[in-house]
Amino acid sequence: MVGAITHAHPQSKISVTAPATTPVPSSQHLELDSVTMAFGQRRVFDELSCSFPPGRISVLLGGSGSGKSTILRLIGGLVCPLSGRVLVDGEDITGLGPTRMAAVRDKLGMLFQGGALLDSLTVLENLALPLREHTDLDDAAIGAEVHDRLASVGLYDIDDLLPNQLSGGMRKRVALARAIIRKPLILLCDEPFSGLDPISTRQVESLLVDINHRRGITIVVVSHHVASTMRMAEQVTILLPHRVVTGTPQALQHHRDPLVKAFLSADLDPPQDAEKLEEVEVMPGRARP
Amino acid sequence: MTGFIARIGARTILFLEEVGRVTYFSTRILAAIFHRPPRIRRFLDEVFGIGVMSLIIICVCGLAVGAVLGLQGYHTLERFGATDSLGTVVGLSLIRELGPVMTALLTTGRAGSATTAEIGSMAATEQLDGLRMMSIDPIHYVVTPKALAMVAVMPLLSGLFIVCGIAGGYLVGVYWGVDPGSFLTGLESAVEFRDDVVGSFLKALIFGILIGLISTYRGYTSAPTSEGVSEATTATVVEASVCILVFDYFITALWGV
Repeated sequence: MVGAITHAHPQSKISVTAPATTPVPSSQHLELDSVTMAFGQRRVFDELSCSFPPGRISVLLGGSGSGKSTILRLIGGLVCPLSGRVLVDGEDITGLGPTRMAAVRDKLGMLFQGGALLDSLTVLENLALPLREHTDLDDAAIGAEVHDRLASVGLYDIDDLLPNQLSGGMRKRVALARAIIRKPLILLCDEPFSGLDPISTRQVESLLVDINHRRGITIVVVSHHVASTMRMAEQVTILLPHRVVTGTPQALQHHRDPLVKAFLSADLDPPQDAEKLEEVEVMPGRARP
Repeated sequence: MTGFIARIGARTILFLEEVGRVTYFSTRILAAIFHRPPRIRRFLDEVFGIGVMSLIIICVCGLAVGAVLGLQGYHTLERFGATDSLGTVVGLSLIRELGPVMTALLTTGRAGSATTAEIGSMAATEQLDGLRMMSIDPIHYVVTPKALAMVAVMPLLSGLFIVCGIAGGYLVGVYWGVDPGSFLTGLESAVEFRDDVVGSFLKALIFGILIGLISTYRGYTSAPTSEGVSEATTATVVEASVCILVFDYFITALWGV
């Protein structure tokens, strides 16, 4: 599988491999093995298999409802598959009890789409919570650790603010700081760029790359943002109807599959009616602060 | 006919499944009480939110209900020339029945619905999942302090409601000419501490358990949408109110409280 693009056809159980231009490391670090998942009567995917290499940034792309976020929730043990295995750091987490699952989650950090910061707690309390729960650090040490993490995501002097007093980008960065505060081995990011302006998107993107480089954390990002994906990802997994395509961004850009091409070009191509942009009138003035 | 029986069967199975889920949820709350660390700070915050923030509504409603009871009681007793018994009537009515029941209904509307909405919106905004991913059990961290606070606060609020109600009845009775001494003497001689007051507190305690359980369960299991939270909140108010009245009958019938 090294250096290959893998097409898994879950329903027909056929796997097809095709050569890719850049090698993608293979590993058992984080893997879904023939996982079938459903919510009630609705099948999300059948016998899906994919893996994410250690210490790399992997991005999961796919249409709405393709099961991208569900994969993260499976890895986090928040939902259970109907069948198959979910391997986190080599351990099958399906069917684990609460105590064992808590031990597995110690290796995981998760950045939720909306941040999932506790509304009733301040920024400081939100970040301090996992440390208060799972370490013996005193308040001073916890405060120092929190400020260090906030600084690492470029935030200062926001200790006493509540989550609803933060902008979308700040909330994402605070949530990111909380996700990495216990130094996880694996960071799961669910739509980290959704609802962000281009500048905030770049900031969060840079932070993820920086965290990956400095700490060597395995990062799995679920995103719709193809441009960011192409810039930051070392492995891209695309969930298409009835199959999964995996490869490096460069390899996938030259992929023959029209669906893959269509998916990746949707965000990258210049607008077809670019000439219409000339009709846009720019008015003097500035935005209200 | 077969379809009808099948529908009844399906409904029964659904009902039993729901009973099973509620029972499992209750045992998780019970188990969480003994987990470490104890959530004393969160419990006190909830006591403040549920109890202290309900003081005004409980006092105002207690006074109003007591005043109405005093007025109705006075006009009824006047027909029999027994207005001196007004203290007994107001006191026993409030302590044995109206105090715990009215407090429970008011608390359901004010704090029970808020509890459901808060937990439901936490589920909808993935805050509960966020706790799970930090290896923090939401039942231990969020649900149990709220449920316990409800249980702890209910007898106290009920006591306050009764005191305010008696004050309202007293003021109205005295205004209409009842002798203040007769009112208080009748009250003192008629009320048995063990049978009436302790029974009243026990009743309030049971209502607190019901409201705490229903409101947290409905919030915890609500669909993660705004519509789901809204439905869960409505269900809390309806189910808790019905349960309070039904349990009130059975407690009265079985225990004589």
